[in-house]
Amino acid sequence: MVVNCQLKRVYVNEKWCLGCHLCEYYCAFASTGEKDMARALKDIRINPRIRVEERNGISFAVSCRHCTEPLCVKGCITGALSKSGGIITVDRNRCIGCYTCILSCPYGAVSPSEDGAIQKCELCIKTHEGTPRCVSGCPNGAIVFEERGE
Amino acid sequence: MKYVIIGNSTAAVGAVEAIRRNDRNGRIVIIGNEKYHVYSRPLISYLLLGKTDEERMKYRGDDFYSTHQCELKLGRTAQKIDVEQKCVILDNGETESYDRLLLATGSSPVVPPIPGLDKMEKKFTFTTLDDARALEEALFEGARVLILGAGLIGLKCAEGISKKKVEIICVDLSPKVLSSILDDQSSEMVRKHLEDHHIRFYLGRQVTGFEGYTAVLNDGTQIPFDVLVLAVGVRPNISLLRDAGGRTNRGILIDDHCRTSIPDIYAAGDCCESLDVSSGETKIMALLPNAYMQGECAGMNMSGVDYVFDKAIPMNAIGLFGKHIITAGTYKGDTYFESDGEHFKKLFYSDNKLNGFILIGNIEKAGIYTALIREKTPLDTIDFELICQTPGLMAFSRETRAEKLGGVVNVSVSSPIGISCAE
Repeated sequence: MVVNCQLKRVYVNEKWCLGCHLCEYYCAFASTGEKDMARALKDIRINPRIRVEERNGISFAVSCRHCTEPLCVKGCITGALSKSGGIITVDRNRCIGCYTCILSCPYGAVSPSEDGAIQKCELCIKTHEGTPRCVSGCPNGAIVFEERGE
Repeated sequence: MKYVIIGNSTAAVGAVEAIRRNDRNGRIVIIGNEKYHVYSRPLISYLLLGKTDEERMKYRGDDFYSTHQCELKLGRTAQKIDVEQKCVILDNGETESYDRLLLATGSSPVVPPIPGLDKMEKKFTFTTLDDARALEEALFEGARVLILGAGLIGLKCAEGISKKKVEIICVDLSPKVLSSILDDQSSEMVRKHLEDHHIRFYLGRQVTGFEGYTAVLNDGTQIPFDVLVLAVGVRPNISLLRDAGGRTNRGILIDDHCRTSIPDIYAAGDCCESLDVSSGETKIMALLPNAYMQGECAGMNMSGVDYVFDKAIPMNAIGLFGKHIITAGTYKGDTYFESDGEHFKKLFYSDNKLNGFILIGNIEKAGIYTALIREKTPLDTIDFELICQTPGLMAFSRETRAEKLGGVVNVSVSSPIGISCAE
């Protein structure tokens, strides 16, 4: 039933992560719909869907894995989360912010947004030349977008 | 193959979606006693609060039944299962034969036998859309609403009606609020928060009788009220299976394939008892995520795919007046605790495993803890001290992280610049 299934995913290799947090800025920028990043993010405290974890010189970015068995989708009490074409998206209009998905996600990749509904990576590939912003914006190739075997 | 599903809520949807993954042609018949398109039951409090509406409450889109080729018999109640003939007898006398049957019958609110209750008109339970509509209808400005039960249903109801200019009084036999999911300390914190939002509690007490619209408590306190909400708990709907000779306890007994003791009859959701892997006990876990996953498991097995669901744990995410609470697992063992009055975190662990947790306020990345419980991750394989403070993948070994985040990146497609760090 699934058409055009997205098999590419965002993969992270901490070996190459510089801990620069640029992916977070590109992610926040992607959701603004603006053209100029500096202008779009000026004076804004960003709340990105990809988050860098860092400690003792180790850093890596974490975003939604678009799991094959997505616990967030299965557990969503409203049906706002769904998976189609390999991408897990949230219908913000239906999300009531109960955070059952935050309770469920084993990666910690779902977070509250400013307005109470949840937010997560929805692979911004439709708007940005087929590559998520965090990937194209990573200066060291630590985040890639590719198809791998399960 | 003909599948019959009794019930039209979460577990039923899980089953339908699983069946259609494996079998596009079999007939699916859904029998539901409510006349509505499948909706999310927990949203009824948000409906009263005005945070959702009946359209957005739909658990699946309008085309769900047609896309999944389901035949609906709504507004009908199944009265009996004929195991010999493999059919279900409905309240209008119709019979529906099955090859595989799923009981997704849910649970019903308990109505306690309190003297004086039967004479009362303005009394409501709070689990269905009709309940919510009826309650809303009965409310008026200044109404004194007495809620029996300070559990999840009672408190969500309280929040739901809180903007309707009513006075809310809550009585519970337990000395604490949310006693099924909070420990004493966290419960105290939540109670204060609720009191700040003008809910008045009479805890550790019970109503011994009603004299008209006055509740009399066991300590003699008299509480006059206008509208009563009964939220003392729910009871699994097991009679269909029990009467058919299937094994039941308080709930329907199922195995890890969601099979009942009767061949070709499966059960899922709130009507069941299931194994809580965090405690090893079999119990009723009437929770929406488990209902979906059990329904899915049943649907897979019903349509011929061997599928196991053995990861059920108690878990709850609930928001009350802006404060978020996330809990999971069993509260036993040693504890890690931090609280600043606004936020609260308690982790329970023993035998090298995380057993449970309570988070209030800051609930960020709670799922990292849930996964530790669900997967029984040996705590000596992670940086437990770190994960207690900050849930994250950082606490796992580099190898585990590499696995979780995608394995080793192939050198040819990795760094164009080639700065390697954190080695």
